[in-house]
Amino acid sequence: MTQPIRLKDHEKDARLVRNRVMVGAVAVVALLCVLVGRLYYLQVIQHDYHSTLSENNRVHVQPIAPARGMIYDRNGVVIASNRPSFNLSITRERAGDWQQTLDTVAEVLALTADDRALLEKRLRQGRRPFEPVPVLTELTEEQIARIAVNQFRLPGVDVVAQLTRHYPQAGHFAHSVGYMGRINEKELKTLDPVAYSGTHQIGKTGVERFYEDTLHGQVGYEEVETNARGRVMRVLKRTDPQPGKDIVLTLDIKLQEAAEKALGGRRGAIVALDPRNGEVLAMVSQPTFDPNPFVTGISFKAYAELRDSIDRPLFNRVLRGLYPPGSTIKPAVAIAGLDSGVVGPGSSVFDPGYFQLPNVEHKYRNWNRTGDGWVDLDTAIMRSNDTYFYDLANKLGIDRLADYLGRFGIGRKVSLDMFEEAPGLMPDRQWKRMTRRQAWFPGETLILGIGQGYMQATPLQLAQATALVASKGRWHRPRLAKAIGGAAPVDPNPIADIALRDPADWARVAHGMEQVTQGPRGTARKAFTGSPYRVAGKSGTAQVVAIRQGEKYDRSKLNERHRDHALFVGFAPADNPRIAVAVTVENGESGSGVAAPVLRAIMDAWLLGPDGQLKPEYASNTDLETVAREE
Amino acid sequence: MKSNFDRILSSEDVMRRRATFLQRIHVDGPLLILLLILASGSLFVLYSASGKSWDLLIKQATSFGIGLVSMFVIAQLEPRFMARWVPLAYVVGVVLLMAVDVMGHNAMGATRWINIPGVVRFQPSEFMKIIMPATIAWYLSKRTLPPHLKHVAASLGMIGVPFILIVRQPDLGTSLLILASGTFVLFMAGLRWRWILSVIAAAVPAAVVMWLFFMHDYQKQRILTFLDPESDPLGTGWNIIQSKAAIGSGGVFGKGWLMGTQSHLDFLPESHTDFIIAVLGEEFGLVGICALLLIYLALIGRGLVITAQAQTLYGKLLAGSLTMTFFVYVFVNIGMVSGLLPVVGVPLPFISYGGTSLVTLLSAFGVLMSIHTHRKWIAQV
Repeated sequence: MTQPIRLKDHEKDARLVRNRVMVGAVAVVALLCVLVGRLYYLQVIQHDYHSTLSENNRVHVQPIAPARGMIYDRNGVVIASNRPSFNLSITRERAGDWQQTLDTVAEVLALTADDRALLEKRLRQGRRPFEPVPVLTELTEEQIARIAVNQFRLPGVDVVAQLTRHYPQAGHFAHSVGYMGRINEKELKTLDPVAYSGTHQIGKTGVERFYEDTLHGQVGYEEVETNARGRVMRVLKRTDPQPGKDIVLTLDIKLQEAAEKALGGRRGAIVALDPRNGEVLAMVSQPTFDPNPFVTGISFKAYAELRDSIDRPLFNRVLRGLYPPGSTIKPAVAIAGLDSGVVGPGSSVFDPGYFQLPNVEHKYRNWNRTGDGWVDLDTAIMRSNDTYFYDLANKLGIDRLADYLGRFGIGRKVSLDMFEEAPGLMPDRQWKRMTRRQAWFPGETLILGIGQGYMQATPLQLAQATALVASKGRWHRPRLAKAIGGAAPVDPNPIADIALRDPADWARVAHGMEQVTQGPRGTARKAFTGSPYRVAGKSGTAQVVAIRQGEKYDRSKLNERHRDHALFVGFAPADNPRIAVAVTVENGESGSGVAAPVLRAIMDAWLLGPDGQLKPEYASNTDLETVAREE
Repeated sequence: MKSNFDRILSSEDVMRRRATFLQRIHVDGPLLILLLILASGSLFVLYSASGKSWDLLIKQATSFGIGLVSMFVIAQLEPRFMARWVPLAYVVGVVLLMAVDVMGHNAMGATRWINIPGVVRFQPSEFMKIIMPATIAWYLSKRTLPPHLKHVAASLGMIGVPFILIVRQPDLGTSLLILASGTFVLFMAGLRWRWILSVIAAAVPAAVVMWLFFMHDYQKQRILTFLDPESDPLGTGWNIIQSKAAIGSGGVFGKGWLMGTQSHLDFLPESHTDFIIAVLGEEFGLVGICALLLIYLALIGRGLVITAQAQTLYGKLLAGSLTMTFFVYVFVNIGMVSGLLPVVGVPLPFISYGGTSLVTLLSAFGVLMSIHTHRKWIAQV
């Protein structure tokens, strides 16, 4: 079947098509040149720009958090350690609709609405872009498995193994060592963003906070190649982090436990110091709390319970509890009197049961309404005679009294390494002018002499003032760190020692304190009967509510919370002091009746061996010689 | 006949004899060699782009084999024979497209497939890629050239029906290729320049109408993103930013085979299908892409030679259209991946993974071979 060929048409058509083929060929070549030009622009002219873009795509610098330093008690018992924990972290930028992702997480892990709200709060606190934020810690095996199964619908969600702070001693050191918590937005503004780039938690209180820089260590880096979904394909370069330094504390876990046991379930504070060097051997603030939930993220409800409890378990009574020191301040007042010469070791005052300023009606009463008759310094301390100290304070005057008590640490921060210590208050003329716009009244000096009035001190300051009597005025700031990375901490700003014109005055006051526990009329003799060592002590009561003139303290009428605080301070052995303790029992009423037995229990725990006798290393020098001779 | 030729031809007997053998089996040597080079090269690129998937490689090689068979079979058919069945094929194709429109099988959010379970599953739109220009070539070859306005209008009507059906699927890339293949026939047939210019002038309001009434949101988004990819770097602009970074970071000589980080770390989307040129550009650089473009240029050149030498008007028009459409594939794909054109779903011929497009393309080359090897005066070569 051959088609008839119209030759003329064919020639014309062929020319026409050939023309169009030429046009097409030119167009093809021209457009190919456009493509090559475009590629030349991308691959040669913009090569550097696109190389950087592609390299930044691929290579990410990931910080590696340093391992935080451990915290041990003085015997090497672990107080704070790092525990591997599987955390759920979410990267908001990768999660797409992160609210939806949170819903899915909540559904997969069967979380309550409260838990989900907590997760959302943590995620909202998110930090730098593309940084994974841990929202759930300590995942169980089952939770990890559930997440793994549902991974396909959880974009941006990862399970990461991280080290999490753990406090195996739970509540024992919650106030002294403190705890760590999530870095909040305020802290984020002040922190070095590089040093904390791999870290999500920071010391919030206590040693964890004070020694944050030491414990934290130095961040390391890892250059990693990641794919488009952020998964790490391989490590290109690594700079190891430097772990934080370990800290050995001066605290002794056995003494701590003994002190807590001695305090029983009562609210209060105990500080035990070594007067020779300022080491804090025990620090109790009761009630306490478990710091561990703060690390992993405490629930709203649990936190509200702690915060709103009438017993204030989160309140660090040792450092921030302000109490009138009561009679426990009398030894320091006695030193002031002796050193300034207003009283002598032999001078006496007659106590009719009260003290009166000349030409003033008001009677400043002794606690013993019947009076103690003629009282000298020794007896005054032993009997805690208020009249003697009214007289002494009156003779001394507020200026000298404030000066001496200030040298004992009242009204100033005394610690070397404790976070948020309250300075307390040592009132003087200037303070009163500034705050009350009033002149100083002599009567206010009198009641300062027995530790009442405006004066406020923390249990730590009371312990330190007591330790100063034991160390004969030698200042060692109380400290919690015994060794930081193996080196002892140095006091960069030491406080001047208290130098007396007659150093024998220390022994005179210490003798009076010894009489408190040993003397036949000593206020706390009952608590110390049969003690194999001698304690120099002083009881005290701190008023919670003021008692009006002429009114009697009637415990039955008072609300339990309004009863007096019971205080007792002391050091032992009296002739070779190794421990100074201050005990505060809130609403305990009787210093010698309630606080003194607590103090004795602590001293027994520290000084006595298993045989119930004084440990040889704590015996006085002469006794030591005897021991040596007998051996 | 043959012995007559032998006597008439005076020199270079051996070469002609060999050419004669290829022509006897209706295969065009230059095209075949270029296609084989392209196919073997593409497997290297695909191996890298697919993340070293042997599975994909074997599938692609199989598709290539099927395509070659299809090409060979089509090359055996006489153009006149094909021309006779083209009108019927066109009607069948349009009916199938309508069937897809009514009840088509859903794949990837678009209705493109005819699926008769256990029997056959194919895209009528691919079929139309060859039938469309063949139909217009058949129609115009019976008219006087350059075509009269009424014949142009009729041609445009024949192009318009499948075009709109495919736009509605929606498959913008394929519909544009079919539009191009039809209009290239008109162009080759000597469509008057002033008409061409007036159509271009009319294209602007037409584009507005398209935008308002016919385009899907994702298509609009593609165009918006094309105009400013940085406006949404993590969303729709991501593809184009990453593909430009891949090509640009390749530089002149590339990062080396299998060393492209953009594709191997999954920054580059669609790296083994529509965006495969970015892998080539990243790993083999400007040199690699230019080499590929040279092969394409040779194929197109050969196609245009075939067009010029075709004996029948039908053959000329069809060959010219197929060749120019092939160039449109190349230009649109590389243009979109390098950020010159908006992203439309057009694969890079012979390199992108995908059996259907491979078979269609090779079939088209089969048509070219058929046109070239069924000429009466073969000695003119």
